[in-house]
Amino acid sequence: MKLREWLTAIIVLAICLTWVAADYAAAMQGINSALRLMPPLLLACLAGLYSERAGVFDIGLEGKMLMSAFTAASVAFLTGNAWLGLIAGIGGAMVLSLVHGLASITFRGNQLISGVAINFLAAGLTVLIGQNAFALGGRTPPLVGEARFQAITLPFAGALRDVPVIGPLYSVLLSGHSALVYVALLAVPITWWVLFRTRFGLRLRAVGENPASVDTAGVSVTRLRYTAVAICGLLTGIAGAYLATGLSAGFVKDMTAGRGFIALAALIFARWQPWQALVATFLFALLEAVAILYPNLTVGAITIPSAFMNALPYILTVIILAGFVGRAIPPRAGGEPYVKER
Amino acid sequence: MRATGQATGGRPDAAAPAAIELRGISKAFGAVQANRNIDLRVPRGTIHGIIGENGAGKSTLMSILYGFYKPDAGEILVGGKPVTIPDSQAAIRAGIGMVFQHFKLVQNFTVLENIILGAEDGGLLRPSLSKARGVLKKLAAEYQLNVDPDATIDELSVGHQQRVEILKALYRQADILILDEPTGVLTPAEADHLFRILEGLRDEGKTIILITHKLREIMEITDNVSVMRRGEMVASVQTSQTSPEELAELMVGRKVLLNVEKAPARPQAPVLEVRDLTMVDDEGVERLRGISLNIRAGEILGIAGVSGNGQTQLLEILGGYPEKGARVTGEVRMNGRPLPLTGRGCDSGQRRREGVGHIPEDRQVEGLIMDFKAWENVAFGWQDAPEFQRGLLMDNDAIRRDAQAKMERFDVRPRDCHLAARNFSGGNQQKIVVAREIERNPDLLLIGQPTRGVDIGAIEFIHKQIVALRDAGKAILLVSVELDEILSLADRIAVMFDGRIMGERLPSETTTGELGLLMAGVTDTTNIPESAGIPPGQAHVEELPEGSA
Repeated sequence: MKLREWLTAIIVLAICLTWVAADYAAAMQGINSALRLMPPLLLACLAGLYSERAGVFDIGLEGKMLMSAFTAASVAFLTGNAWLGLIAGIGGAMVLSLVHGLASITFRGNQLISGVAINFLAAGLTVLIGQNAFALGGRTPPLVGEARFQAITLPFAGALRDVPVIGPLYSVLLSGHSALVYVALLAVPITWWVLFRTRFGLRLRAVGENPASVDTAGVSVTRLRYTAVAICGLLTGIAGAYLATGLSAGFVKDMTAGRGFIALAALIFARWQPWQALVATFLFALLEAVAILYPNLTVGAITIPSAFMNALPYILTVIILAGFVGRAIPPRAGGEPYVKER
Repeated sequence: MRATGQATGGRPDAAAPAAIELRGISKAFGAVQANRNIDLRVPRGTIHGIIGENGAGKSTLMSILYGFYKPDAGEILVGGKPVTIPDSQAAIRAGIGMVFQHFKLVQNFTVLENIILGAEDGGLLRPSLSKARGVLKKLAAEYQLNVDPDATIDELSVGHQQRVEILKALYRQADILILDEPTGVLTPAEADHLFRILEGLRDEGKTIILITHKLREIMEITDNVSVMRRGEMVASVQTSQTSPEELAELMVGRKVLLNVEKAPARPQAPVLEVRDLTMVDDEGVERLRGISLNIRAGEILGIAGVSGNGQTQLLEILGGYPEKGARVTGEVRMNGRPLPLTGRGCDSGQRRREGVGHIPEDRQVEGLIMDFKAWENVAFGWQDAPEFQRGLLMDNDAIRRDAQAKMERFDVRPRDCHLAARNFSGGNQQKIVVAREIERNPDLLLIGQPTRGVDIGAIEFIHKQIVALRDAGKAILLVSVELDEILSLADRIAVMFDGRIMGERLPSETTTGELGLLMAGVTDTTNIPESAGIPPGQAHVEELPEGSA
């Protein structure tokens, strides 16, 4: 990590620590809910990372998450099993990934247009099918019991509870989340390892920078890009399933609420690096948590309206996308279909 | 697959199978025959030059060897055994390595990462990287190929990047190395170092195929040379048995002289004066090295030369659109007034207003918008002319009437101005461009390759128009790689080589041989090497019949 990334991480950490010192109970609650709010952002961000590192820009993260949330909630309701819901969610996102792959890799279409189309498709299709199947105005019926992902208590969480520092950190903050939160956290080191320590990762990064170099080395550009797009579908699938069956209890119209786009902003902020993606998405999740925790924050004589607090993550997105964080260089071949020269 | 009795130094063992042999390779793209019945034999342990102009089919041939294209017909033999090369992987397996003109490197990867890409030993990178580090050290010592393995590509000079490409091929155990225009981006010192590397590789028994259009390189480093022209292999000779002017003539081709009826020129006051024009492109390569020339009203100055020696850059600068990132210095005066060479006022629209017409070299890219209709193309550059306006709007009817009249006068067929430019034949497309430029009555007309890909009838017509414009007292700069075109049209001939004007001659007082030497960069005609004087019969030149355009 470069200096800038370290600074960001340290600032985020410092904010958390001051908060803990100022108001212990509220801070622990806030950080805890930030951890619960982070996985959809983090998984979508990593999904975008695989796709864009391979040279396929994907603004359809939002739509894929939404589709996954819907299929996951529906199947979880029908079977009463959250894991079957997860598989359905991944399936739903994968289908849209395949559409994006076909449009932008096989048919060399415009990746932005394909992404926009996927977002519209998902927004319309989920409500349409939902209304037809459940007649609840596009919602799925509320999920109860095994149809949702339940909180897991990590081993020794009870025993370590009273140890200073480690106790609150491990037993209160880290323990007690659903399985998919841990999946999201584990996805960060795994992504780093795959990207920088394996043959697949080397080729993936190369194909996003200069596909001709991969092609002349005798490796299929098409296959690599499809693999990346499929991984993107897998991760957005998990993200969407968590949203509907972990964070909430069922699907609601437009429940992703721009998380796919926030994930894209975080990806730029993270400069397409996995560990930085963790820091960036945690920052966004923290803002979201603060907005929930303090709907009417009073600073001196002024009361900040809740609408402003709720808008914080989006405001940060705009600031990041406007380029206030310095120049981020995207993968060089990003957004361009590969056509053999000569 | 390594042959016994390794031959080196350009004296190959005749009995050993050739490193690579092509038999009757043909490849067509639509109606264009890019390669026609190509035969080539490259003995092991030699450096073999393939020379020819842009568009002669060299790159297509090499793409076939590297599995990018499937030939329509013919056979490829590597080390005496027939092989098929359906993709790059197969080419690599057959021991063929390719160094492309535009490097295929990942800019933000290290040298090591680039070298192992696609040739990794297993799923994890670490073992491959450490193995490559060892191999690299050995190769560096063996062939003077020193590169810092941990540097990223964007930190390296172009010359070093090229070394990485060579190392990539050697790491994949290539026995046959193909280099496509390798010196195009190099400084002379870098090019010399490259040649030493190539000689070292040859002495180790590697076979090298060098594709270039630079005669000097062929003479300096190759053992054998094959000449391509318009998709055909027109000659294969030993380099020691040939001369630059012979090769130049073979490349350009001797054609039936097209006679143009023209009266002697009556030149008047100078229209264009160019002093010490230099141009360095954004990669730091000097493309023009001090060009000075004059063109007077009522004369045609022909610029002869093998393509790629700076003619394109000269036309672009005079036309007002130098390459992006290029640094241009010098002085250009038009009718006595200086023309800006950079910044404001240096654009093609401004040049038009100054009275410069331009028939660009590549009509399909620069001259026309292929999907636009003929009448729109005829108006381009003049769409703001007062006669085409109706209040705030364009008067399309007026433009169409104007276009229809011009197409009539220039005999563009079919005479339908609603047809898209791409639906006309090459000759008629060119007539549309010529009509647009000549009918505006420019003081100076820049012409690049006026008859490239144009049928005989249209060539005659276009030539007549050019001469008529001259007789009307206009100055004309004619750039052509067709020596005959230059000889029959120009009133004075300047020869360009490597960004310089090698000399000026009058068409009546020169010969194709002399011009060929100048085109090859030989200035002092008294200083011809002995071999240049030998009769063509001894040079084992096989002249093939002229192909149709």
